[in-house]
Amino acid sequence: MLFLCEIFITKYCSICMKKSYQSLEGNSTNDMKQVTHRNLITRLILSGLILLLTYSTAFAQGDPVTGKILFNTNCAACHNLDKKMTGPALRGVEARLSDDQGLDRDWINAWIRNSSAVIKSGDAYAVKIYAEYNNAAMTAMPQLSDEDIDNILAYTAQEKVAPSGGGEIATTQTSGGQNKGGISNELILGALAILFMLLALGLIMVNKTLRRFANANNIDIPEEGQRKSLWKAFIKNQFLLLVITIFFLLTSAYYVFGYLMQIGVDQGYQPVQPIHFSHKIHAGDNKIDCKFCHSSARVSKTSGIPSLNVCMNCHKSIYEYTGETTAEYTKEFYDAEIMKLYKAVGWSDEDQQYTGETQPIKWVRIHNLPDFVYYNHSQHVTVAGLECQTCHGPVETMEEVYQYSPLTMVWCLDCHKKTNLKTKGNAYYTKIHEELAKKYGVDKFTVKDNGGLECGKCHY
Amino acid sequence: MKSLIKILVVAVMISFVFSCKNNLVPNYQYMPNMYQSVGYEAYGGYQVFPNEQSAMLPAEGTIARGHSLFEYKNTNEDFLRAKVELMSPLDSTQVDLTKGKELFDIYCSICHGKKGNGQGTLVKREIMFGIPSYDDVGRAITTGGIYHTIYYGKNAMGSYANQLREEERWQVVAYVLKLKADLEK
Repeated sequence: MLFLCEIFITKYCSICMKKSYQSLEGNSTNDMKQVTHRNLITRLILSGLILLLTYSTAFAQGDPVTGKILFNTNCAACHNLDKKMTGPALRGVEARLSDDQGLDRDWINAWIRNSSAVIKSGDAYAVKIYAEYNNAAMTAMPQLSDEDIDNILAYTAQEKVAPSGGGEIATTQTSGGQNKGGISNELILGALAILFMLLALGLIMVNKTLRRFANANNIDIPEEGQRKSLWKAFIKNQFLLLVITIFFLLTSAYYVFGYLMQIGVDQGYQPVQPIHFSHKIHAGDNKIDCKFCHSSARVSKTSGIPSLNVCMNCHKSIYEYTGETTAEYTKEFYDAEIMKLYKAVGWSDEDQQYTGETQPIKWVRIHNLPDFVYYNHSQHVTVAGLECQTCHGPVETMEEVYQYSPLTMVWCLDCHKKTNLKTKGNAYYTKIHEELAKKYGVDKFTVKDNGGLECGKCHY
Repeated sequence: MKSLIKILVVAVMISFVFSCKNNLVPNYQYMPNMYQSVGYEAYGGYQVFPNEQSAMLPAEGTIARGHSLFEYKNTNEDFLRAKVELMSPLDSTQVDLTKGKELFDIYCSICHGKKGNGQGTLVKREIMFGIPSYDDVGRAITTGGIYHTIYYGKNAMGSYANQLREEERWQVVAYVLKLKADLEK
């Protein structure tokens, strides 16, 4: 019954979805047509006006859709519609400038195409806004035509739309999907349980019927006699006792040995960090190279905990999380973590300025070799050309990082024994390796053959 | 019967020892004073340092080996000056475009795209906006301008001076100019 319901629901939903998609598509194509028409008309009217009156219209009509694309490619690095970034917020900028400052389209055009020239000309508002935004000069955009600027301004003139229900629909759909999986699993389990119960019932009934038959035919069922207790039998059997004792001792020795061997091994260590930095989002979803942040792994012994200016190189612009969320890790959760970063580095998101009040973050070190072992990152990353994942595991899938490898000596040596030395493109090695390979009679030259197992290479 | 109970107790204790491994805290060590460094380690917290951080900025007025004095300031005027007059110290034999590409792909391509057309992964995923192509007419990038921008950052772009060494920066500059030439073809 449930199953049927489900089928019905999925079918019904898919029909609905299809319908809504169609209607959406229909709408959008209509819009596009209208837009192109309107565009054409406005262009005609505009050119007519310019030709006849040599008069530029103050509030020119543009296409907000094209404007959005232009805005995102040209302006969005420094401007947001509603939030102060490197440059001011731009929603309704044309109306604002014209109402508050009495500046017309010509001024905007001049500013966009070459803002520094406007500042140099001594224009009061230009000088003021330049100083207000820390003397950050706006890049000149001479390539934007009047029409492009029309479109961009049309995009900025749009009213702010409250977040639509799109996101909600998506979440309900996904949760529906999860429920679907849950129900089918439960169904299978329930069916199995019922099946087993039926089997048991069947067996009991068969037993009963057989006994009844036996009674009816006057056959005696032999009753089970008094057995010797199992424990006493065990105590009396000396051989069994001996074997069991030896087995027990060996097993405990095995476990005690295992316990002693894992002391000092931190495989799986996953501490809680002061800021929930998701490697999954950064290295996995966004495919940022490990060495982008851990840059000193290329050139130094230590792989480097990125200083916060590295975070801020991107997070100056990225002030909120827009990716996928789960029930545990919501958008609010991630946004709060970005705020923690801002607090630590002393960045005021409202003023887009550093306040100077910093609080160093105390990250918890996960991978830590004992002091009596020397390990150098650059030797493995740059010279050997190893992937970080070889030792650190699939960090790009880790929401919170844990120690993937045991980092024991046997683990190091296993790798040294089977990994070939990277000799390609290294003139120093080419000749010496050929000779050594000949000397040892091997065709592949591993780290081991180059002294990778010598004690003094890592312990000194 | 009593020994059976004893065996059970031992078994339960062993299973406790093995099942309760807590991954939130580090494991025991045999001899911690052999594991922990006597000297100050990088990124360690020690009371002798300001803020208890052993990671500190270089002393003021010093220049690290392999680096030289950069005489341009982080101002718009000096950016324009660098754009015109600053030249690469690398001659044609020292320019290593393979190295430049390697570094560019790590540090720049995530926004600027592997071809320098402003279509990096973050742009495609609509996380970063407004990354210009290297053949942008309004910016008209030059050797000195690129170096100044890597060194100090510009507008929304931050400084990459601490991730790239001086020579590496110039290699990246050479590679960016190559991408620009390719785009303008």
